[in-house]
Amino acid sequence: MELIKLIVRNTGRHRLRSVLTILGMAVAILAFCLLRTVVDAWYAGVAGASPNRLVTRNAVSLIFPMPISYKQKILQVPGVSKVTYANWFGGVYVDEKQFFPRMAVGAESFFDLFPEFIVPPDQLRAFMNQRNACIAGRKLIDKYGWKIGDAIPLTGNIYPGEWRFVLRGIYRGASKSTDETQFFFRWDYLDEALKKTSPFRSGQAGWYVVQIENPVESQDVSQAIDALFKNSSAETLTETEKAFQLGFVAMTDAIVISIRIVSFVVIGVILMVLANTMAMTARDRMSEYAVLKTLGFGNTFLFLLIAGESITIAMCGGILGMGLTFPTAAVFSKELGTLLPIFHVGWVTLLMGSGVTVGIGLLSALLPAWRATRVEIAEALRHIG
Amino acid sequence: MTEARSLPEEPIVVVDRVSKSYRRGAQVVDVLREINLLIDRGSFVALMGPSGSGKSTLLNLIAGIDRPDAGRLIISGTDITQLGESNLAQWRTHHIGFIFQFYNLLPVLTGLENVELPLLLTGLSRKIRREHAMVALELVGLPHRVHHYPKELSGGEQQRVAIARAIVTDPTLIVADEPTGDLDKASATEVLTLMDQLNREFGKTIIMVTHDPHAAEKAGIIRHLDKGVLNSDWA
Ligand SMILES: Nc1ncnc2c1ncn2[C@@H]1O[C@H](COP(=O)(O)OP(=O)(O)O)[C@@H](O)[C@H]1O
Ligand SMILES: [Mg+2]
Repeated sequence: MELIKLIVRNTGRHRLRSVLTILGMAVAILAFCLLRTVVDAWYAGVAGASPNRLVTRNAVSLIFPMPISYKQKILQVPGVSKVTYANWFGGVYVDEKQFFPRMAVGAESFFDLFPEFIVPPDQLRAFMNQRNACIAGRKLIDKYGWKIGDAIPLTGNIYPGEWRFVLRGIYRGASKSTDETQFFFRWDYLDEALKKTSPFRSGQAGWYVVQIENPVESQDVSQAIDALFKNSSAETLTETEKAFQLGFVAMTDAIVISIRIVSFVVIGVILMVLANTMAMTARDRMSEYAVLKTLGFGNTFLFLLIAGESITIAMCGGILGMGLTFPTAAVFSKELGTLLPIFHVGWVTLLMGSGVTVGIGLLSALLPAWRATRVEIAEALRHIG
Repeated sequence: MTEARSLPEEPIVVVDRVSKSYRRGAQVVDVLREINLLIDRGSFVALMGPSGSGKSTLLNLIAGIDRPDAGRLIISGTDITQLGESNLAQWRTHHIGFIFQFYNLLPVLTGLENVELPLLLTGLSRKIRREHAMVALELVGLPHRVHHYPKELSGGEQQRVAIARAIVTDPTLIVADEPTGDLDKASATEVLTLMDQLNREFGKTIIMVTHDPHAAEKAGIIRHLDKGVLNSDWA
């Protein structure tokens, strides 16, 4: 109790010094948490991947499609329970800057395999009943102010032409980490149009999503699927949804690694700042430590006194920084919009922020505490006055 | 020395052939050379001598905040040169009250809290600690300023708080290193009167380093330290 009182009052002694250090700490922890949130957002698709889903794609490259007939064949593979398929549509909405994922999906099966996209049953029925219907995520609806029944025009690039879809459904995510910025329309509508304009591109799926009965079998099922199409004109590569998603983000690994490094550099810098503050503080108070020792206080007490102050400063800054992360992340999320759709501060980030905060506090106290415990009483007392 | 031995009670302080030297670069300074000193329970001893003669060094050795190179220091029956670091710290808590020239109060604690500080090491309850601290502050005549911080007190008042801190644990021995060295004449007189009162009314044994002859007058015994050697004379 008395120790805590001493720690608190000591912290308030050099008010400017403490306040500046706390602010520095707050900014560092804010930066740390924000950068981690960016990395999390980057990997959000990977984190949201289901362990019982596999993705089958063309072995040569994702840009080459596979015959739609594969669906029935994949369904025959033991361990497979459901299959759906999709094509990346691309296209432009209004202008190039309005980015959100647009996909043609197997209307009859897609939402069955992706229970994390929650669509009200009547809207799903409406989607099934209209060939040019589409379903969009809640965030997109909010962003563009769409309403059910609105016509949404897209200009095709991969699939040239002017396309019009009618909004029939709005999905929301089952959890915070579900991307609510995607846009789905019916694969059969796309295929029908292709039959007229470029028949050789019709009857093709960009990738298949395969639901398996048991995640443990993912390896065996993947091999069985790929074996089916061995030596065909479109050989396949099947992997877990997670591996598939990782394949996308891996291209930008270098950026992510740089962000991670920067976040730790920030921590390193603030560690040095706090360590320096504590060293100055402890140097100012050596004679007080000598007096405490004279009275019989031991090294443990001195360590707790110094570490307590250091951790108090670190925690004030850390809590402030973490507190500021939420509004800042909200602003980021708004500005980034659909670019990084899942942008929220995760528990792990806060936990790491707290751990880093306490760690910095503790580390900064080590050197001054060590010096304080080694101070020779008689020697230190001679320098008073 | 012979006078001391003739008293019936064992002396409370026995300094037995104590030597201490400091190394300053390549040079070794012999501060104390085989010092012998006996102090009886209940006496008020002034240690005098020119600056740099080793007064503080001797006082620090007796108080257990420095260690001799050779010799024994037996305080109230305990040979403190045999104590390990943490035992020595514990021993100081219970046996020594310190009064410094520059008071050395903790600036973040009020007068009362400063006096209470040494009691934190005794395991007394908070209530009892407060009571003891109040008694000590009343004794030094400062019951009305207990909630003031050191910087709000005059030098004399700070030194009286420091005296209260020194006596609150009811120590065996009070050591004071130039307790009036930083005070004006009036405050110095107050502090000396207080120490005299502690000695006379409460039977406290006090060793005071001073180079002020006025201060020394209050003490019953004056010892002169010069060039590492003690000379005795009676006040
Ligand atoms: N820690 C130390 N290191 C080096 N020299 C010291 C140290 N402590 C004391 N001395 C030297 O020992 C001598 C006696 O010091 P001190 O006991 O403080 O004298 P006094 O209190 O009588 O003025 C002085 O010459 C001083 O410089
Ligand atoms: Mg001195």
